[in-house]
Amino acid sequence: MTSPRPELPAGLVAFVKRDCPTCELVAPVLAQLAEAGTLTVYTQDDLNFPADCAPEDDTSLERSWHHEIEVVPTLLRVESGAEQERIVGWQRDEWEAFTGQRGLGPGLPDWRPGCGSLSVDPSREPELRVRFSGSRLRARRVEIASAEDEFEALFERGWTDGLPVVPPTELRVMAMLEGTRRAPDEIVADVPPDLAPCSVEKVAVNAVMAGCKPEYLPVVLAAVEAICTDAFNIHGVLATTMPVSPVLVVNGPIRRALGMNSGKNALGQGNRANLAIGRAVQLVIRNVGGGRPGEVDRATFGNPGKLSFCFAEDEEGSPWGPLSADLGLDPGVNSVTAFAGEGPRCIVDQISREPDSLARSLAVNLRTLHHPKLLMAFDAMLCIGPEHARVFRQAGWTKKQLLARLHELLLIPGEEVVRGAGGIEEGLPESVRSATLPKFRPGGILLVHCGGGAGLFSTLIGGWVNGETGSQPVVREIGE
Amino acid sequence: MSANEPRVVLDPTSEREIALRKRAERISSLEGATIGLLDISKPRGDVFLDRLEEQLRGRGARVERFKKPTFAKPAPVDLRHEIATKCAAVVEALAD
Repeated sequence: MTSPRPELPAGLVAFVKRDCPTCELVAPVLAQLAEAGTLTVYTQDDLNFPADCAPEDDTSLERSWHHEIEVVPTLLRVESGAEQERIVGWQRDEWEAFTGQRGLGPGLPDWRPGCGSLSVDPSREPELRVRFSGSRLRARRVEIASAEDEFEALFERGWTDGLPVVPPTELRVMAMLEGTRRAPDEIVADVPPDLAPCSVEKVAVNAVMAGCKPEYLPVVLAAVEAICTDAFNIHGVLATTMPVSPVLVVNGPIRRALGMNSGKNALGQGNRANLAIGRAVQLVIRNVGGGRPGEVDRATFGNPGKLSFCFAEDEEGSPWGPLSADLGLDPGVNSVTAFAGEGPRCIVDQISREPDSLARSLAVNLRTLHHPKLLMAFDAMLCIGPEHARVFRQAGWTKKQLLARLHELLLIPGEEVVRGAGGIEEGLPESVRSATLPKFRPGGILLVHCGGGAGLFSTLIGGWVNGETGSQPVVREIGE
Repeated sequence: MSANEPRVVLDPTSEREIALRKRAERISSLEGATIGLLDISKPRGDVFLDRLEEQLRGRGARVERFKKPTFAKPAPVDLRHEIATKCAAVVEALAD
């Protein structure tokens, strides 16, 4: 892929473009120099410019890029293929000293600045870098036939989640890698179920496909690291028949830097960062880990969040500290938390203005998680909407207080949950009949503040088998 | 890039090469063979495996019982090795 650096001919060498008034201005000077001795002129845009100098073609910008031409006109002196010296723009006495010729450009102004070289034009440079710098990327190149539609080609190779993906060209992947300081070949994690070592480059390829901007990449990298821990256990989360997958919550100033949504419709559609980050993580599981539905992914129903489920916490509007702080990070640290969760469900309480009444509402809804008679097996993420949060704020309830009250309200008499109770066979063994059991293990309810400012609602996201045997919520600091 | 250049994308997969291994020989008879029964730790898996053990013993097999620490994670490598070393065949039982 590397393009060798083309040598320059001996003597004076000029780089020009027609679309530069200073180059137009010095065209007669170049003609003067060409007549007097060795001058080679490379044109970047118009093969007939300057007309009197028989310009060489550098419209590919290969020479300009390799010789780091930043301004046109640039005049170089070359000996035995090596540049000795260069000047840029037009300044008569400088040009005269450089070329050893007097009386250059009579009638021209003494000085004019040059213009930007096309080889450093921001719209061209990334492509030129890919083309000429030689690639650091290791991924297999897959050529798409001329008769193939490139989007259909990616579907046919089994690389998409059912929606079209952005074709991961080398140019796009190189641009994506600008979003991190990490080296492309650094291994991020062994991704289940295949336990395939996944490089930063492979994450970047999938991030391109998901529609990420380069600045999202560090969040995707941190999320991939989080889910590939033994604690989160993405293998089990993927393989289970239950409808769960990583739910990602972003904390810290990066939420704003990326324009993530923590407000209206925070869990819904419409925000690129939310959607693309979550989608990229899912594509890594699919493409790098080999986790595909119907294969290792045995979900009975699945849920639409398996396409993407990522949102930010509204920290600014919250009466409490961020989720990441509950999981051990300092507030203000950029982080992503992975929680093995199902689809969200709305909890409506438009009447309660007293905190205890609202806590009771939340508790009776939490009780139903997966089944009202199943206890302690599952965690829950509870997204408190701003209008519900206001009730607790006005009453001065801390997060700890609310959690303590919820756990207290969710102590369940065994007789309600044993097999057969309520005429329902599902339930816990008869041996717990006389016990009082908690619905949630300690720490099993995660509170997040998000959502729009109108609506006395909260949202429940049910978890999966918790603890050592299942999945633990995992928070990861987002690096650079 | 110009329209004439080939369109090339980067492979998003792990590009792993799948090693093809021969399947173990099928056992021709249960008589005297050691059969492993792997309980994956789902509820009531033991009910099914107990019955299976009875049936296998009745046909002359020796039975070794194994159990995964949790159904939610792959069997630990040491457990897999132990089963492979001790048994001629293994039955892995799902339940619920």
